[in-house]
Amino acid sequence: MTNLVIAEHDNSSLKPATLNTVAAAAKLGGDVHILVAGKGAQAVAEAAAKVAGVSKVLLADGDSLEHFLAENVAEQVLAVVADDYSHVLFPATANGKNVAPRVAAKLDVAQITDIIAVESADTFQRPIYAGNAIATVQVEGAKKVLTVRTTAFDAVAAEGGAAEIVTIDAVADSGLSKFVGRQVVASDRPELTAAEVIVSGGRGVGSQENFAVIEKLAEKLGAAVGASRAAVDAGYAPNDLQVGQTGKVVAPQLYIAVGISGAIQHLAGMKDSKVIVAINKDAEAPIFGVADYGLVADLFQAVPELTEKL
Amino acid sequence: MKVLVPVKRVVDYNVKVRVKADQTDVDIANVKMSMNPFDEIAMEEAVRLKEQGKVTEVIAVSCGVDKCQETIRTAMALGADRGILVQTDAELQPLAVAKLLKALVQKEEAQVILLGKQAIDDDANQTGQMLAALLDRPQATFASKVELGADSATVTREVDGGLETVEVALPAIITTDLRLNEPRYVKLPDIMKAKKKQLDVVTPGDLGVDVTPRIKTLKVSEPPARQGGITVPDVDALVDKLKNEAKVI
Repeated sequence: MTNLVIAEHDNSSLKPATLNTVAAAAKLGGDVHILVAGKGAQAVAEAAAKVAGVSKVLLADGDSLEHFLAENVAEQVLAVVADDYSHVLFPATANGKNVAPRVAAKLDVAQITDIIAVESADTFQRPIYAGNAIATVQVEGAKKVLTVRTTAFDAVAAEGGAAEIVTIDAVADSGLSKFVGRQVVASDRPELTAAEVIVSGGRGVGSQENFAVIEKLAEKLGAAVGASRAAVDAGYAPNDLQVGQTGKVVAPQLYIAVGISGAIQHLAGMKDSKVIVAINKDAEAPIFGVADYGLVADLFQAVPELTEKL
Repeated sequence: MKVLVPVKRVVDYNVKVRVKADQTDVDIANVKMSMNPFDEIAMEEAVRLKEQGKVTEVIAVSCGVDKCQETIRTAMALGADRGILVQTDAELQPLAVAKLLKALVQKEEAQVILLGKQAIDDDANQTGQMLAALLDRPQATFASKVELGADSATVTREVDGGLETVEVALPAIITTDLRLNEPRYVKLPDIMKAKKKQLDVVTPGDLGVDVTPRIKTLKVSEPPARQGGITVPDVDALVDKLKNEAKVI
């Protein structure tokens, strides 16, 4: 049994989500290989070769793979998977979720989304209903296509492995879709899904200007900034900061929710955090039901005070 | 140009579901059901494209039990011209739904298929991508902006770290993210009008699709409960707890 992990990267560096996915693959038993599909991604393949527990890295390098278009990446995975791979694992990132079902459908197998635990080679746990229930599912089929909730598996070491790198041909461009452009939100803070500490603001913050209060606290803690859907919809924060069922799922050491009521959609994205702190002036807010430490106070007084005292 | 909009009947997003005592499933008897929120956004986008004169017909499709007719009627009240129900009492999983939709897309010769990015019950986020794969057509997932041209669509997608724009050749599959639009409210006269619109009922057998589930649910359980927390009186106490008790800063 051999498991194939599809690397998450930006053509120059390997993203940490890959390491969590390798951890899930290791739980299945058998060899773990990594596929790096990109353009000019030699450095990524070299980084992947060093990942602990990986025995082989496949590098497909070509123009068709530069922007990770689903049509091309899926074909690339299919070109490889005909071999003896029993499991294909993607991190449950925007890219992974975009491609994995396409691969599964072409193989005529079901796909399992967002696994949080491996029980056996064909049995997995995954959250349903915004994390309000956990389903244990068994999937049939010779090949299993999975996306892995990265926060549910501890990353394997990025160093220590010595896998061989095998270069394979990149697939031809499908011609079905074309990359036009990308708008990256500039941020010098840690990436939301990988941060140890996250400070999130909600509707209670009141305006885009007021979000500076959240940012100052985050700066002090070296934390990433998150937001609730209400704050994003109101335009206080860009949408890639959204934490929740429809945004990012995070599990940091410390999650500080400021002015967030705690709707189930938001809780689905952060309730696996180790320590949750809630600062809210409404003592009845549902967020206090999951918070380890709750402070009932006006955030405009409490947060600057907290920033100062840390 | 025809647009096909698959809509799913799910437990209303405001309902907090409970797991059944025998751990076979969540208890959805007697809870409020409604259209999946992402599908409402897809429906709204289709109607807006029609209002812009770029689309001639909007067809709403739902797969599942007879009650899904209500969901199709809602879609019609929102502006769909007609509806199709693929009626079955079988448990439908994303791959099976994608196969049913493939058959309908081919029959109706739809140019654009607009789906929600995920259903809020199984949280799978698969059907659109699977449909695109089965039809061998391009996909634009997690759309936050759609510009429809004569033979292609330019779609802005929400990805990790920002936005990305792709151009897909038609026919194409587009799945909607939350910020694509704000769905309109259903008006009473439109509900009345929707009752008169055409709703065809077919079965998976009519479409020649085998819908046997590929995934078996062995158990559904409650997520581990968090330990009850405490309320601290002031910021000093909070700092003290974080430093000395939780040791996270």
